[in-house]
Amino acid sequence: MSDLARWARGSRPVFTLYLPTMPFVFFALFPLYFMFVTSFKKNAELYDVNAVPFWIGRGVTLGHYELLSRDTLFWSWFVNSLIVSLAATVISVVLGVLAAYPLARLKFPGSDSFGVAIFITYLVPPSLLFLPLSTVVARLGLSDSLWSLVVTYPTFLVPFCTWLLMGYFRTVPKEIEECAMLDGCNRLQTLVKILLPVAIPGVICAALFAFTLSWNEFLYALVFVSPAELKTMTVGVFSELIRGDIYYWGGLMAGACIGSLPIVVAYVFFLDYYVSGLTAGAVK
Amino acid sequence: MIDQQRGRSMPLRSLDREVPEIAVRGDAQPRALTDVLVRDTTVAYAFIAPAFFLLLFLVAYPFALSVWLSFSDARVGEMGSFVGLENFQRLLTSSIFLQTLQNSIIFTALALSAKTVFGMILALLLFRIGMFKRLIRGAVLLPFIVPTALSTLVWWWMFEPLYSVVNWTLKALHIVSRDVPWLPDPYLAMFTVVLVNTWRGLPFFAICLLAGLVAIPREMYEAAESDGASAMGRFWYITVPLLKPVLAVVILFSTIFTLADFNIVYVLTKGGPMNMTHLFATYSFALGLQGGQISQGAAVSLFLFPILLLVVFVQLRMVRKSSTYE
Repeated sequence: MSDLARWARGSRPVFTLYLPTMPFVFFALFPLYFMFVTSFKKNAELYDVNAVPFWIGRGVTLGHYELLSRDTLFWSWFVNSLIVSLAATVISVVLGVLAAYPLARLKFPGSDSFGVAIFITYLVPPSLLFLPLSTVVARLGLSDSLWSLVVTYPTFLVPFCTWLLMGYFRTVPKEIEECAMLDGCNRLQTLVKILLPVAIPGVICAALFAFTLSWNEFLYALVFVSPAELKTMTVGVFSELIRGDIYYWGGLMAGACIGSLPIVVAYVFFLDYYVSGLTAGAVK
Repeated sequence: MIDQQRGRSMPLRSLDREVPEIAVRGDAQPRALTDVLVRDTTVAYAFIAPAFFLLLFLVAYPFALSVWLSFSDARVGEMGSFVGLENFQRLLTSSIFLQTLQNSIIFTALALSAKTVFGMILALLLFRIGMFKRLIRGAVLLPFIVPTALSTLVWWWMFEPLYSVVNWTLKALHIVSRDVPWLPDPYLAMFTVVLVNTWRGLPFFAICLLAGLVAIPREMYEAAESDGASAMGRFWYITVPLLKPVLAVVILFSTIFTLADFNIVYVLTKGGPMNMTHLFATYSFALGLQGGQISQGAAVSLFLFPILLLVVFVQLRMVRKSSTYE
């Protein structure tokens, strides 16, 4: 087929396909674009009801970002989110790998029940358990410390990682492990030296999702931690930039931008992992 | 489920692996097999133990505690004593709770319908798109990835009473002449939280349904086409029936997480105006933490549990059924 013919055939989808897709793309991206634009707008323009809100007409400012760095504990929240998310991710991926391996490979009494239990806890929404968990956290003496989050985030991350990795491990042929075991490796060695290197994409996927879910978590962080300097990103931006009736909209949007940035960067680099993790969660 | 297949293949596999050893030992065959099974069981339990105890202490125990709290008169900081069904009786006669119940049903029904219909349309479009495939898929998926609590802030700003960009646009296009009270009006507030929930959840539907569409064999469509089926006919008689399992899982999955939504409602309306957007999670938060009545709060959040059970039950049944056809 010549290029011209291909182009002629290809131009019809512009109207039947690309044009109808545009509203969806616009709907998905406009709020994020608006967040970005607002964060660079001067207050005079921001609070002028007659100014066109879609772009920046009267000069760009970094004032909102300065306000965030200077007058709030923004960077502490950022670091807190980073610490909690990294710690929770490492814990969850390790526990997930360990639990997924026997569920995918071994037959043992109670394996079915444990599989179902993992599945149920995977579906338990955090809003079902936050009240009793706050009691448990208080009794463990972890209230108002980052530990409360490092310990509780794995409650929803471990089931997710286990479920995802279980599916992934099953796709790896078991023959390669059997060879290693015949050569005298024990189960742990086989898992670490043989299965994990092959299953690296699954592990990356689990880690990315665990990190994203921890970074985005809001309810537990809101309930378990109240001192301003210990808050995570999501809670800090929301609760410290709204003082009574005063809303620092520019600052809120600047905080939302930087708060979303690490996830968006990871997303751009690992898009395919996100897509496969997302569908694995529901379709498998 | 997968476990059944494992059940069939597992003992055989252990036997395979032990064949050389058994051959050497000769008469010790049965003992070798039991050895391996015992060893595997120990290993399995050792591997699972950390996850098991974590989930026992931080999911199962809190859940039991939640049930106890809902049958007690506990307040924040004190254990309280058993009061039977009093909390539930009080809730079922409380107008705010009944309002919350009604809101939850309306919210979930509207958001789920919107996500299913538009998710389906979007999936069908994405399926056929060839050029800029990655770029468009990536863009459409973005709302699901960014932190909800933060992205809801921009929706709040977009519907802010005085400076709303939505109102600005509607006024500029002369569709309305005065500001629309998106968040102060109870019905419009419900519309707004449903809209934001749809914005966030749509990518999940679209991407999962897209994965389902990709899995449908092309030959089916070719056969139908050569039999003269129209595009609409192919959609209703091939796509929909074959997509049903995926659709069911996605809807069930989303039912729980839509019903249990906290972030969007808490950030946008805090349950107001006049409790017209309270959901189980936000009302439970308001009662249990802000009001200090932890027993009542626990009772409210427990209303999520029957729906959770139902979803788990249906989903497990579906997985079992599909594996018997394999």
